[in-house]
Amino acid sequence: MKAPKPIRLKRAFGPVVEGVALVSTEGFSPRYDLDRWSGLISRPGHALEGHNIRDKILITPSAKGGIAAGWAFYDIRAKGIAPKAFVFGVTNPVMVQGAVFAGITITEGWSASPYDSIRTGDIVRVDPAKRTLTLLRRGNPG
Amino acid sequence: MLRGEQGRAVQEALQLQLEVGRFFGAKRFVPVSNVHMMGDIEVMGDAGKSFLERAAQSGAKCRQPTTTNARCIDFAHVENLKQDKDEARKEKELIACLRRMDVITADTCINYQTLYQPHLGEHVAWGDTGTVIYANSVFGARSNFEAGPAALAAGLTGRVPAYGFHLDEHRRGTFQVNLKADLADLADWGAVGKIVGSSHQDYYAVPVFTGMKRTPTADELKQLGAALASYGSMGMFHMVGVTPEAPTLKAAFGGRRPKETMTVTNRDIEKVYAGYDTQNNPLNLVVFSGPQQSLLEMKQLAALLKDRHVAKGSQLFITTSNGVKSAAKELGYLKAIEDAGAIVLEGVCFYILQNLPQMRVREGWSNLVTNSAKLANIIGAHKFNTILRRTAECVDIACTGRDVR
Repeated sequence: MKAPKPIRLKRAFGPVVEGVALVSTEGFSPRYDLDRWSGLISRPGHALEGHNIRDKILITPSAKGGIAAGWAFYDIRAKGIAPKAFVFGVTNPVMVQGAVFAGITITEGWSASPYDSIRTGDIVRVDPAKRTLTLLRRGNPG
Repeated sequence: MLRGEQGRAVQEALQLQLEVGRFFGAKRFVPVSNVHMMGDIEVMGDAGKSFLERAAQSGAKCRQPTTTNARCIDFAHVENLKQDKDEARKEKELIACLRRMDVITADTCINYQTLYQPHLGEHVAWGDTGTVIYANSVFGARSNFEAGPAALAAGLTGRVPAYGFHLDEHRRGTFQVNLKADLADLADWGAVGKIVGSSHQDYYAVPVFTGMKRTPTADELKQLGAALASYGSMGMFHMVGVTPEAPTLKAAFGGRRPKETMTVTNRDIEKVYAGYDTQNNPLNLVVFSGPQQSLLEMKQLAALLKDRHVAKGSQLFITTSNGVKSAAKELGYLKAIEDAGAIVLEGVCFYILQNLPQMRVREGWSNLVTNSAKLANIIGAHKFNTILRRTAECVDIACTGRDVR
């Protein structure tokens, strides 16, 4: 496989992380969509219903509502079910405040749609200092 | 503060604010005069509680008036809702902890109706998205969504990084919404919020509403704002001739051209209602919550429930603030509501009720009927099938167990 060009990210916080991508075509809220005891996406009909976010790199187009996310990220981190990173197309301050408070990598905005190149199961790297999202290798979907 | 001479809690608070400010490219801080924060055991969990205990232990105090949002337990109802006693104890400890930090535990998500009304241009740090969109839009005050830890940080430092809605550039309208609908009920305004919010999920999308057939009430703007924030993650809207930064269409857009114009008609609103389905399960749960009910809403519910009773096997929940409930009691509204068999909870929001998932299973609830488009959206994680209906229809469903459509 030819090494693909990294996707440039607009804004980013946190340490460099590598992990399994979980790619959602739908926005995300840790309050509306997530079972905060198991890490499973629990809202009926969500594009990722039944998937677990634990240790994943969650790629999602947008953030949904939810002030409570600020504490929720800290809570799921302490419970060991947090993702390694949130990669948002557009986000809102709550997600950023919550991720910074919990010490979870978070980014917003991309130079090219990751949906064209990255699939769920692929191994990716997020580098906040360089503001890049890189596909490292293909993985197993699901 | 950053050197730690005011204690570790203040130091950490400012560090958090600096990182968040850096993320958004903030160039400075602005002082805030009022803070509203979310902090309850259901939302915070044990980890958040421990964090707060450490902060309180260090002697940290809020330097600006800081109030709390709705919480997960009404202590008068722990028994009958079969909530976890251990969690109720933790909630009490948490409240004590917040009070030690000089937080005013008012426990309401309608602070803008009951506690504090900031003026045009006033910088505040509010949590609960519904409070923020109301502050920005209806009062012309300035706030971003401030999550629990971020709001607490603002309370401790008395400032916030200046990005987002603190800056003029983000407060201008981005698209226009022509209202060609009657919008006679609170739920209709929520439905508008759903239509507009779902199709524009962006914190910085600022709709400009035109075409209102009359001046909307505070409760109608509350439902609209809560739904826009919930479905669209939006923090601000304008309404020409109604909200303070929109005396004219031109002013609302601040010289920019709308990116698009959409229209909402009666047919669109009806489509929203038609989009819900009972899935052949009983209609045995009706909830008025998210946001808490104002005194005027309590009055309306008392009138709608007069001489009626909640159907056998059904339950009707109403949540409000301590202050509103006290006034409703004094005015006789509470008696009318409770005589009809409804349960009125104070200081809470239904969707964060401690033990709600277990309660749902135990009570055999599948459908949740409400006049709040926000509640219909956010309670999905607890596996409710939600149904939005107009206020009087919700009361009819509660009293008959049958849908009216």
